[in-house]
Amino acid sequence: MVHAFLIHTLRAPQAQDAGLCRVLYSCVFGAENSPDDPRPRGAERDRLLRKEQILAVARQVDSMCWLQQQASGRTPMDLQPQSSDEPVPLHEAPLGAFRLAAGDPFQEPRTVVWLGVLSLGFALVLDAHENLLLAEGTLRLLARLLLDHLRLLTPSTNLLLRADRIEGILARFLPHGQLLFLNDQFVQGLEKEFSAAWPR
Amino acid sequence: MFTAGAESLLHQAREIQDEELQKFCSRVAKLLQKDEPGPDAVDALQRLFLIVSATKYKRRLEKTCVDLLQTTLCSPKCPEQLQLLCAAILRERSPSDDLSLSCDRVQSSQQLSLVASVLLAQGDRKEEVRSVGQRAFRVLESRQPEGPSLRHLLPVVSKVTRLAPHSLHEDQTSLLSKRLVDWLRYASIQQGVPHASGGFFSTPRARQPGPVTEVDGAVATDFFTVLSTGQHFTEDQWLNVQAFSMLRAWLLASSPQGPSAPDSDDRSELEGSTLSVLSATSTASHLLPPQERLREKAFEYCQRLAEQSTRRALRKGDADLQKACLVEAVLVLDVLCRQDPSFLYRTLSCLKALHTRLCGDPARARALLPIAQFFLRHGEAAAVDSEAILQHLFTRIPCELFHSPTLAFEFVRFCGDSLPLFGRNLDILKQSFPNLFKLLAWNSPPLTSEFVELLPWLVDPGTAVEMLHALLDLPCLTAALDLQLRLSPAASERPLWDASLRNPSCLEASRDPQFQALLQHLLRAKASGTVEKLAPLHQLLQPMASCARVVQCAEAVPTLLQAFFSAVTQFADGVLANQLALLLLERCDSLYQVPQYEARVHRVLSSQFLALCALHPSLVVELAKELLEFVGSVSSVRSRGAMLASVAWAIGEYLSVSWDRRCTVEQINRFFEALEALLFELTQSRPSAALPECPPQVIAVLVTTLTKLASRSQDLIPRVSLFLSKMRTLAQSPAPSSMHREEGAAAVRARAAELLTLLKMPSVAQFAFTPSAELSKPRYHRDANTALPLALRTVSRLVEKEMGLLPG
Repeated sequence: MVHAFLIHTLRAPQAQDAGLCRVLYSCVFGAENSPDDPRPRGAERDRLLRKEQILAVARQVDSMCWLQQQASGRTPMDLQPQSSDEPVPLHEAPLGAFRLAAGDPFQEPRTVVWLGVLSLGFALVLDAHENLLLAEGTLRLLARLLLDHLRLLTPSTNLLLRADRIEGILARFLPHGQLLFLNDQFVQGLEKEFSAAWPR
Repeated sequence: MFTAGAESLLHQAREIQDEELQKFCSRVAKLLQKDEPGPDAVDALQRLFLIVSATKYKRRLEKTCVDLLQTTLCSPKCPEQLQLLCAAILRERSPSDDLSLSCDRVQSSQQLSLVASVLLAQGDRKEEVRSVGQRAFRVLESRQPEGPSLRHLLPVVSKVTRLAPHSLHEDQTSLLSKRLVDWLRYASIQQGVPHASGGFFSTPRARQPGPVTEVDGAVATDFFTVLSTGQHFTEDQWLNVQAFSMLRAWLLASSPQGPSAPDSDDRSELEGSTLSVLSATSTASHLLPPQERLREKAFEYCQRLAEQSTRRALRKGDADLQKACLVEAVLVLDVLCRQDPSFLYRTLSCLKALHTRLCGDPARARALLPIAQFFLRHGEAAAVDSEAILQHLFTRIPCELFHSPTLAFEFVRFCGDSLPLFGRNLDILKQSFPNLFKLLAWNSPPLTSEFVELLPWLVDPGTAVEMLHALLDLPCLTAALDLQLRLSPAASERPLWDASLRNPSCLEASRDPQFQALLQHLLRAKASGTVEKLAPLHQLLQPMASCARVVQCAEAVPTLLQAFFSAVTQFADGVLANQLALLLLERCDSLYQVPQYEARVHRVLSSQFLALCALHPSLVVELAKELLEFVGSVSSVRSRGAMLASVAWAIGEYLSVSWDRRCTVEQINRFFEALEALLFELTQSRPSAALPECPPQVIAVLVTTLTKLASRSQDLIPRVSLFLSKMRTLAQSPAPSSMHREEGAAAVRARAAELLTLLKMPSVAQFAFTPSAELSKPRYHRDANTALPLALRTVSRLVEKEMGLLPG
């Protein structure tokens, strides 16, 4: 299952230093529980920890994506579609995976699968032994849906005030962090449902 | 995208003051209290969500507002948009102490799902997980299997099972297992009816929906699975998809041993009993208890998926899903065989056929990994030799597919996860290290930490030397792989090599047979037992040394070297230590010239050389000839400075009879002369642009070593004393000096003075410079007669007094 989904900024490929990585949206499915921890933990402290964990993941994805881009020698301009109507070739977008050891920053070991589209990074934080192929497919699907339905490619829109749509997409395609084996027709069906509930 | 406007929006959300926020909360409360909250409410809630989520610190919201959010979430006639936003805001604030939400009052299962998402995020402070689970099961029990909204419920159950597997009773697990059987195996094979679109012209029974189809368009031949398609879907078909999606986790969580049970002892005994393993018939399934029945149906489902994956999908999305389904099917079969060994016989034939089919299909190579893990885990019980499968996996896959970052990651994770399962097949893993290094060389950032954990398992006395060479040549391997991709491009839509470097000059030159042989050696798949001098390749591939990928790999090498050495020093004997030490000396100026690579590697190699000497002190005496050569031939200190300092230090420490009885006075004298000549050359020559100044640390170490050697062969003392007194006047030249030069020179002078002082009392010097092996014992330092610091202090005072008595 997925523990968290996040969308964050990616540094520009020419940038030499990291700049600030901002988490634009994050959703944690269920909480990490630690029944063995004897110290009383305040709710605020838990929330702070959770936010910082997500930020740590975002920063790591940012640097992994940047390194991969550097290594491939490709500029992100290659990925820019000609017009905003054309679908972004997500199969060419940089995608990768890395492991987070136990304690760093989550209690259990987890795997992160990430996808970089222009200046946005999408990442899924998975449990340790998940089906990575399925996770990749789901991540690409989510990115495509978000790009389409939030029109993220037109310069003036942003996703900060569109949380309802993001939540709507997640509720259908990644309910409670459950990765679903959806064939094309199922995806279409769900998408029609979503478009009906959220007319553009 | 992320524009400056968005940046300022975030900034505003963060900076909003408490007062203003409370006013905004009241406004939100008013909007929500209306009978029909309009788009204003949506807008306000969106802003509230941004404010709450934009900062990691807690935002205090007015109590009425929070209460209203909760009531709105639970209210039956609230539009979906508002519900989602309320849930999102409440979840973003979690964990929080002012939540009074409960899932008991909620009627619709969609709302239940949303409320659950908030409650599950609380962190189980008040047993929320358990209560959510119980509520979900009550709904499950009370409804018919074809109920309209169970779709929203299954993911909740799945999550609860994941978070708190022990919170479910046995009858609840039986119930769900029974339902899962129905959904998995008996879902309708007719397509669903589209939602009544109404309209004037639609006739009620215009069209009977046809049967579902396979991904290649043919009519479905058997029961419905996730790879069955159609225009519209029925509710139970949706549940089929969800049931399979949660199947593996459910099987693991609901087995009697509990979720985290690895193969326990009694299971392996059962596996050993051939009677159950060879049983080819399945018991009449309707007589089985729910758990066993679920396993039986899960088995049938996986077999069907394996068959369905042979079809050629019409759409790309379906083709991708087929691959994911294959992997999942194998993983589920693995779980089934772990839980009930009687599945083994049937699974083996299915998987062997699958493996043969996949071997020839590079697009599906990732499915080979779970198959290999299956055979590693169950091969022995089933008397199947997994060696051939492993050989194929390790020999072919990394060579052909190293450039896929996700495959490389999965491959290395497979190695890491399967380590306990390898058994006597561990040799295959060890011998395949050159291929594994290809994955590392190409994808170093994500894989470096994985390899640091894996290296101790790969290191072997037989291959340690070869592996060290391979590690030092890792960046060169990266360049060679890039070259290989350019020369024989893999079938791919876009170039896989570094696109920023077009037509490097080495491309044509590499076709020369002389280089071909070396390249073949570098790109070998298995440990060859031989070592080749790759210096010509380093030169050939120089144009690629500043490629980003090569540089990234080069940055990872020092960490890997540390991991290698900490593993090797666990078992290295004298012979191996000697071989490795020689290797270090030989390679320290024969490295691929990536910017800053040499300096970083030298730092590691010089400290590891000392570690090897500490492990096996006789090394210095046994390798005296080579060490002499090394010291004597140092023409450019710049490139070997760190190594030289280590070698000199090691000589000073360990070239003595107390460490190795074979040490002779002649040896000491020979080393002395060589080091003296070197020191002379270094201090007398004028620094120039071509030969920058020797670092003072190196001078200090050389000087100290000479003194140590002199203390052991006391005829040399006059020579050293002369040298040392010359050093005191050294480096006071009027040349323009920087602060560091002055400090360095002052340090060297001070050291020379100390050593000179010590040499005035030869027996003390010997005692100070060649301490016995008892130095590491505390008694040595407590005993007033043997304590070194005490002796040194006494000597210093005596000598100073003596100096004070002398005239001038």
